[in-house]
Amino acid sequence: MSEILRVQGLRKAFGGVVVANGIDFSLSAGAMHCLIGPNGAGKSSFFRLLLGEHAPDAGTITFDGSDITGLRSFQRIRRGISVKFQVPGIFKALSVRQNLEVAFQDHLHGQSLGATIREMLDFTDLRAEEMTPAGILSHGQQQWLEIAMAVGVEPKLLLLDEPTAGMSPDETRKTGEMLHDLNGRGITILAVEHDMAFVEQIARRVTVLHFGSIFAEGTIAEIIDHPGVQEIYLGTADV
Amino acid sequence: MTTSETAARSRARTLLTRLEGPQTMGRGPAFWTVAALAVAAAAAYPLIADAWTVGNAAYFLIWTFMAMGLGVVWGYAGALSFGQTAFFGLAGYAYGVITLNLGAAYGLTLLALVLAVAIGGLFALIIGYFMFYGRIQGVFIGIVTLSVTLVLETFMAQTAGPQWRIGEARLNGFNGMSGMPPLTLPWFGGDIVLYPGPPLYYLLLGLVVICYLGLRIMLNSPFGNVLVAIRENPHRVGMLGYDVRLYQMLAFGIGGAFAALSGALYTAWGQYITPSSMGLTSAALPIVWVAVGGRRDITATLIGTLVVLAGFQTLTIYGSQYALVVMGVLLLVTVLAAPDGLVVATMTQMGRIFRSSKR
Repeated sequence: MSEILRVQGLRKAFGGVVVANGIDFSLSAGAMHCLIGPNGAGKSSFFRLLLGEHAPDAGTITFDGSDITGLRSFQRIRRGISVKFQVPGIFKALSVRQNLEVAFQDHLHGQSLGATIREMLDFTDLRAEEMTPAGILSHGQQQWLEIAMAVGVEPKLLLLDEPTAGMSPDETRKTGEMLHDLNGRGITILAVEHDMAFVEQIARRVTVLHFGSIFAEGTIAEIIDHPGVQEIYLGTADV
Repeated sequence: MTTSETAARSRARTLLTRLEGPQTMGRGPAFWTVAALAVAAAAAYPLIADAWTVGNAAYFLIWTFMAMGLGVVWGYAGALSFGQTAFFGLAGYAYGVITLNLGAAYGLTLLALVLAVAIGGLFALIIGYFMFYGRIQGVFIGIVTLSVTLVLETFMAQTAGPQWRIGEARLNGFNGMSGMPPLTLPWFGGDIVLYPGPPLYYLLLGLVVICYLGLRIMLNSPFGNVLVAIRENPHRVGMLGYDVRLYQMLAFGIGGAFAALSGALYTAWGQYITPSSMGLTSAALPIVWVAVGGRRDITATLIGTLVVLAGFQTLTIYGSQYALVVMGVLLLVTVLAAPDGLVVATMTQMGRIFRSSKR
């Protein structure tokens, strides 16, 4: 399968704190991949580097065959990267429909815009809340709305920062099903996640970050059995 | 019907549907009937009022452009500009300089009006470029814009010497420029000179209606949707692929052009412009008008501005030393009791009553 994302020698430091220490990472098109690690491992910083919110001190980011290291955030999004943040990044004073309009109107117009909005309302089960101000949706619904905003124009790569944070078990399960559905449509997914049960539900492969470096990579079973990972992240049995 | 005619009709329909939308209050036959009646009443006003009073009403209409522009920048795009008077004053001086040099024949005052608005709008785009591409945000936008207008005021106030002239136009320092011709329309059988009075009033009323409807269409367009989204969550908007800085700069430019329109019309109306039009008091008043009416809705901004201006002038006439104090108190009351604006609060309440009466 072709490679959609390649990160080489990515390094970023804030003063003496190194948040990315020469990261080499790649992702195949169509992958569903999770990024885990203890707090402060550099997961969110890695996302910010991918999104162009931080400029790297060294290294390159290649997306879909093009070097995007020097591009601004909005330019990367236009190339086909999309993101969903841990805290729902929605427009709370706007209705659910308006949120989706803003998300899609730059790519779609007229009937195709309306059709995509209806499809996403059905996909996220938010049809009944179409005209509801987004700020009064439940936390889970807000997360789903942001997922819909992120995927309505079918990005090539979807970045998810703790997509199930604050969700109930039912909402978490439903979110997992949504992500499988999106992945089935050809969207490559890279998620930062703490909930190991959710990681097991969605990820085919897992990368462990530790102190800004890649510590381990493999299937979920390999990662769970990895003694070093257990020690730094999951905790050892005798602790 | 040809394909191009069909496409043109489709575009016209789209524009008309955007007169109503989520970013503007008021929709349906009831709203438009009231709006039409209000315009008709305004059009009938010169029939019952004397020329001086009509000229005074024209003065109120002149300020509504600056208020609506500030509504776009502050209420919709979320950037509080404390210095719209910079563009107002610059355009006012530009109108004066151009007309004093070119004269009023052949419709040149209209050309001067257009050029003055373009100069003010371009200056706003330049200031907006440095602010938004320089990552200036929040309260610092207010500080920068206030600084710009105060710098311009200070600069213009020291232009009293004879060396401060542009062609035939003396800038005249703190006393300001005067003697420029009013708007003059070329007409068969002789030019129509628009001194403060009914003809100017009708021109301004038409301009207000056109600008108001145009802004409604713009604010309910995809561009307006993005402006409101930027106000709500600029970071997320950037992560949807929009260049937030470009949208903010364009909104600021539009707001600046509207302030410039007010400035050029003000100069044409009174045939003078002084540096104090860019001073602190002048800069603060548009914020009071827009905040009191309701910054997040263009209709509320328009109504609020006219009401507050009329009230301010009445206070100035009957108790001049207290007028500004009352304006300050009005702003405080609005912020504390009706932060979305008094007109918005009233319209929302009327909408509730109207809906409940229909049930």
